[in-house]
Amino acid sequence: MAVETTAAVQPGLSIGFFDTGGFFETYLLPFVIMLGQSVLLLTILLIVVAYILYADRKIFAAVQMRRGPNVVGPWGLLQSFADLIKFVLKEPIIPASANKGVFLLAPLVAGVLALSAWAVVPVGPGLAVADPNLGILFIFAITSLEVYGIIMGGWASNSKYPFLASLRSAAQMVSYEVSIGFVIITVLLCVGSLNLSHIVWSQLDGAGTMLGLPSSFLDWHWLGLFPMFIIFFISAIAETNRPPFDLPEAESELVAGHMVEYSSTPFLLFFLGEFVAITLMCALTTILFLGGWLPPIDVAPFNWVPGVVWFVLKGMAVFFCMAMVRSLVPRYRYDQLMRLGWKVFLPISLAMVFLTALVLQITGWAENRPDPASLAPTASVSSTLHST
Amino acid sequence: MEELLLSYLPVLIFMGVALGIGIALLVAPFIIAYRAPDDEKLSAYECGFNAFDDARMKFDVRFYLVAILFIIFDLEVAFLFPWAVSFGSLGWFGFWSMMIFLGVLTVGFIYEWKKGALEWD
Repeated sequence: MAVETTAAVQPGLSIGFFDTGGFFETYLLPFVIMLGQSVLLLTILLIVVAYILYADRKIFAAVQMRRGPNVVGPWGLLQSFADLIKFVLKEPIIPASANKGVFLLAPLVAGVLALSAWAVVPVGPGLAVADPNLGILFIFAITSLEVYGIIMGGWASNSKYPFLASLRSAAQMVSYEVSIGFVIITVLLCVGSLNLSHIVWSQLDGAGTMLGLPSSFLDWHWLGLFPMFIIFFISAIAETNRPPFDLPEAESELVAGHMVEYSSTPFLLFFLGEFVAITLMCALTTILFLGGWLPPIDVAPFNWVPGVVWFVLKGMAVFFCMAMVRSLVPRYRYDQLMRLGWKVFLPISLAMVFLTALVLQITGWAENRPDPASLAPTASVSSTLHST
Repeated sequence: MEELLLSYLPVLIFMGVALGIGIALLVAPFIIAYRAPDDEKLSAYECGFNAFDDARMKFDVRFYLVAILFIIFDLEVAFLFPWAVSFGSLGWFGFWSMMIFLGVLTVGFIYEWKKGALEWD
């Protein structure tokens, strides 16, 4: 809805600079629209993160036969907002021995970078703040930068626990970044475009349609690239420092990892960045492997539902799996973690890049790969998909 | 070119708004929260002891090794991106060129593995 306006307005932006007559329409209006979209998406995102946090605690509690947060608001639904107010009213402490500038910059970097990656995520057909051609590369670059927030925080605290934790955490994030990169490459081999919308549209055809079935969940990349789907899911957990890979924050050894010296909203920003990164990883899993906003089966009752609903449902399902993994699997040891990243995932994903390319080349699917730009709405898709 | 840059303008604005939210959150408690700092509160956390050493100490060289390995493999991934996108039009020549490149890196990877650069104990 909101985004298609940009597409309509953008050509107007290139009108000559001296065309002062339409200053408002040409420059101000698109700017205000983009600003509005950004604020809208960020607001929705932060509210979603608040409830993701609540869901995480509730699921964790349910697995342990506890009730979880249930005091603030009905069924504890307002818990996250109460936490926000509490964080803002807490005393902010900057340790005397810390490098004050970097100490305060670190949470800002962590929080803002995590939020920025969402700028290019399409949550529905044509529904994104920006949909640049290098979408997936942009996300890859931003998630690589996130490690800076942690390492700056750990170093600037000038305390032993944060320092050790930030070293660990940097090594961990960096290790799993490599396998995530290779997984993305295998998907790109099948798609032929870095644009996130193209990646979703390309999942209209696949194993299912080859057998003559209508477009369905059998066409999404999770089936054709099943080992990579699993590797991506586990790497996403490791990349976001979620249990069972939460070594950077291992409460029993490092107290709270790189966040030991932080209090009040600097702590909140780290925490927020972490959870926004988790929602981003859920969204990426959905886009790369679970067909983004495409309905599970392209027949009557399912394709009446707007794409955004499917996108959110799939993202939530992925998050539920992450929360269950957190509650059920014991924490890894650090050497096991590095072993898994470098000696298991890296060779497997490297071999899968080779295998995927080989299969695509032998079968000739690579050459007959449809032009990604033309994939968007085809005749086989119901009208609901592109009328949104 | 202008068209291309314009497609990134919303990203820039989005990052600007995100930065605004971040700064607002960061500054808020310094304005409204109660503050009463003292020496003990501001000292670095050390399980109740006084710090007996500088925190910027020596650390294991394997963290450097991981960083170096990461640079190699991340560069490799960066090379693979354009190759993967144009894979359809490259044919067998393009396929084998990249496989030789990957093969060379795999040899290096096997060497590191045998040398024990990936061992953590």
